[in-house]
Amino acid sequence: MPLGPCITVTMDVPPFRLSGTVYGALLNHRTALQALGDAVNQPPYQRPPQAAVLYLKPRNTLAADGEPIVVPPGIAELEIGASLGLVIGRPASHLPESQAIEHLAGYLIVNDVSVPHPQYYRPSIPFKARDGFCPLGPRVVSRAAITNPDALTIRVYVDGELRQTATTAELVRPVAKLLADVTDFMTLLPGDVLAVGVASPTPRLRAGQRARIEIDGLGRLENLFVEHLP
Amino acid sequence: MRLARVACAGAIHAAQPQLLADGRAGVRLTDGRTLAEEDVVWLPPLEVGTIIALGLNYAKRARELAFTTPEEPLVFLKGPGTLLGHRGVTRRPAGVKLMHYECELAVVIGRSARAVRRSDAMDHVAGYCIANDYAIRDYLENWYRPNLRVKNRDGATVLGPWLVDAADVPDPGNLGLRTYVNGKLTQEGNTRDMISDIPALLEYLSSFMTLTTGDVILTGTPEGAVNVGVGDEVVCEIEGLGRLQNTIAGDALFGR
Repeated sequence: MPLGPCITVTMDVPPFRLSGTVYGALLNHRTALQALGDAVNQPPYQRPPQAAVLYLKPRNTLAADGEPIVVPPGIAELEIGASLGLVIGRPASHLPESQAIEHLAGYLIVNDVSVPHPQYYRPSIPFKARDGFCPLGPRVVSRAAITNPDALTIRVYVDGELRQTATTAELVRPVAKLLADVTDFMTLLPGDVLAVGVASPTPRLRAGQRARIEIDGLGRLENLFVEHLP
Repeated sequence: MRLARVACAGAIHAAQPQLLADGRAGVRLTDGRTLAEEDVVWLPPLEVGTIIALGLNYAKRARELAFTTPEEPLVFLKGPGTLLGHRGVTRRPAGVKLMHYECELAVVIGRSARAVRRSDAMDHVAGYCIANDYAIRDYLENWYRPNLRVKNRDGATVLGPWLVDAADVPDPGNLGLRTYVNGKLTQEGNTRDMISDIPALLEYLSSFMTLTTGDVILTGTPEGAVNVGVGDEVVCEIEGLGRLQNTIAGDALFGR
């Protein structure tokens, strides 16, 4: 599948390029699930998620490190959804947990940008699929360079001020378990990305502000949010 | 023009449907070879970009599922791995109680669309195909419903058999849809009963996201989606577009 416009993510390991398909796991960070409290048992949800809750960031959302991101007109603030992104290296179908990690090419930083929205009952396409709402990068770091993907610190800065610190040690489904559950019903292909989950509360920002996400060993992903593209 | 993509004789080919000399259905490859339809592997007819699907876009179907008509279109996305060509095989996992087909008109974007008006929307359409958007309702949960485990399974979105040029479909807003299971008519509807018609969908979607050449919109299914089982042959038919065939298979074929 063709990549979105202007995406350049350096990748020195096979398959050497992203496929352009990006999935994310909703409520896969314990803090995000906890933030809902007892609402998970109330209508319209009725019970907490049983299977992994997934979504797609379509190709129009993909953006590179350093690209300006437009805050849509009429929307005051956006959420910065900092997540570890898994980059698939080998076709991955029906993986046992024990073999899941070896199917990865590596890792990168994903910023799953959203318009704040109050519900997760219906797919939130108008809130999550806007142009530029998925910066990725700055590069794919090889699997070998990261000892334990389930113990990485994520930091989010807005205009240089630290606004969120989270860790991948608090995933509801850790990396291998998530890969096993997802590939039970859908095959992931080389170059696909799976964002493992965003911690809560998510920092928000307005047009004119700059988001920077840092993850241990993965570098920093930085984007300025603007009212209009220059 | 009707353009298919098929694999045979060591390559992927563009092909057009053509009756063989003996009256059987066949295809003519661009290089001039003609083959029977069962002698090629049918692929989804184009390299698909973003796959956008509609839920509850036919009023009677929404009532069948006990939903009121949604206030704005119910949109969800699908990944490329769920696509399957004509005459393919879709897995029904053991133990599930309700797996049903959904015959849908698929709209293929030809020209990028950003904030298009209803009146200009159809200029952005390249053509149409038939989609069969399977769902396994056992896996429904109330989180981003319909969730991907229901609607984004490997090989559970059949697309084809070919892409029909928009110019050859004068009124996509008035096409009969029919599904046959093992030859028996089980679903019947018409695209005129869509709640959001194609121009409305293009206006709505392009108001918040840029649609690009090769993106596909699955416009929803009318009432009459029923359970299908292992071994069933499911044919989705849309007036003027053709017949899209698919077979349901059990776990054993997939090594499960």
